[in-house]
Amino acid sequence: MRYDTVIIGAGLSGLAAGIRLAYYGQSVCILERHTTIGGLNSFYRLRDRNYDVGMHAVTNYAPPGSKVGPLSRVLRQLRFRWDDFDLKPQVESLVAFPGARLRFSNDFALFVEQIAQAFPSQIDGFRKLCSRIESHDDVPLDQQHLSARGVIGESISDPQLIDMILCPLMFYGSASPRDMDFHQFAIMFKSIFFEGFCRPLQGIRPILKALVRKFKSLDGVLKLRAGVRSIELDNGRAVGVVLDDGREIATENVLSSAGYVETMQLCAGSEVVVATEDSGDVTFVEGQFIVPDQPADLGHTETIIFYCNSERFHYENPEQPCDLRSGIICCPNNFQYEEPLPEGIVRLTALANATYWMTLPEEEYQRQKQTWFGRMREAAAPYLPDYYGKELDTDVFTPRTIKHFTGHVNGCVYGSPKKHLDGTTDLKNLYLCGTDQGYLGIVGSMFSGITVANLHLLRQS
Amino acid sequence: MNPEEIRQAIIDILTRIVPDEDLSELDDTVSFREQIELDSMDFLDIVMELRKQYRVQIPEDDYVHLDTMDGTVNYLVPLMRDIQSPA
Repeated sequence: MRYDTVIIGAGLSGLAAGIRLAYYGQSVCILERHTTIGGLNSFYRLRDRNYDVGMHAVTNYAPPGSKVGPLSRVLRQLRFRWDDFDLKPQVESLVAFPGARLRFSNDFALFVEQIAQAFPSQIDGFRKLCSRIESHDDVPLDQQHLSARGVIGESISDPQLIDMILCPLMFYGSASPRDMDFHQFAIMFKSIFFEGFCRPLQGIRPILKALVRKFKSLDGVLKLRAGVRSIELDNGRAVGVVLDDGREIATENVLSSAGYVETMQLCAGSEVVVATEDSGDVTFVEGQFIVPDQPADLGHTETIIFYCNSERFHYENPEQPCDLRSGIICCPNNFQYEEPLPEGIVRLTALANATYWMTLPEEEYQRQKQTWFGRMREAAAPYLPDYYGKELDTDVFTPRTIKHFTGHVNGCVYGSPKKHLDGTTDLKNLYLCGTDQGYLGIVGSMFSGITVANLHLLRQS
Repeated sequence: MNPEEIRQAIIDILTRIVPDEDLSELDDTVSFREQIELDSMDFLDIVMELRKQYRVQIPEDDYVHLDTMDGTVNYLVPLMRDIQSPA
């Protein structure tokens, strides 16, 4: 069997691309090394409880009936109804820095009002920045690199406000340390502040399951436990893949969501040289614990809290195993569901040093995971009710876990700082989608697969 | 296919692209873009659906004819005259 397209990775981008191609009659095979789907946004079951990994919230919220915006576009392209994802809007989120707090919700007016109150001298500049972002066209794939800090600095002068605007956007999608590319910044700003957060009651599962169901209904083939060991080349063209167990699969085209460096390393005998420093080094440790209470009943009402305990926000690979100066607190309970989740879930995330976590011996690794998660909890304590002693279960993952389950070098969840927006590589019929193509977030990942499929793989058929 | 059948074929395609939309109120003389906010990606999908189901090829220069339902049906009548209606 020779496929029209082999897709590496059954994450959101690969599944979305698979749906587009299969819908228009291509024979498509999605290969996933792991035992389940999802990639960087996945799920697992541990001691009789369901957990999500990756997604805290879906960004780009649009209410039912919306006809414009990234979410509507993705639904149309994949032939879904709005109800198929059943997204519920957030309650309210918070950016908390020393001496300043900014609340925001899916109603952008709240954020503007909060900035006007906390930073009255900056509000005109902030409005100016907003119109600049509104007029930024994020469709073209040949964007010039522009420093986000540079552009923000043209209209806002308060360094703390600049950090407070950047903090949620960097935490939720920047592969680059310290600064963002303005194009990425504008996309993230729209998706988080203009559009906002939402989540299905059951987390990432229903989204992934809807994608797989659709893909299979179109005769798409999905193989789990089918890792790609190498991409076979002939005369500078990809002609097939070899699986971990030695099986060979022939194909006309390869679309990889494995990451740029990771994909090029699979190309057997390719002369393309990849710089490993292109892999990036921004990554995270996350721990989550379960409590019997609804967090809101204890006073924890925010959906997401982005906190920074130091004067300036440092978004970079920390020297310490975990950066205790800042972090994210996500409470999946705090969305506007019709029925509550059965138990309280609190997820704490902090920047982490990948090298430290990769190189620890196993026993020491287990111990340090607990130690550092304990420290992360102390750092986040000022923003939370007292959960100590209430925990029913706790689970922690590190860059080592991410690398193990997704294959991403350094366990980088946002991939390489160098994006390949048009999805092409040095090889003619090998394309990229997912994190290293560059659209981020849940909706962005699906849009990434759709865009690359439309642009390169549906044109020729 | 006659104009009425072609119109129905377009409605079927639109139903797949925008399943949440009530198309019974569609005004055949007003642009799709204005009524159901179709963007360029959606227009490309209409073209691809027509190719997939009816083997009708529409060159890119002719996309302008697909602005309204009336325009689309008029444009497709000569191209789809010899195609059997699936129903």
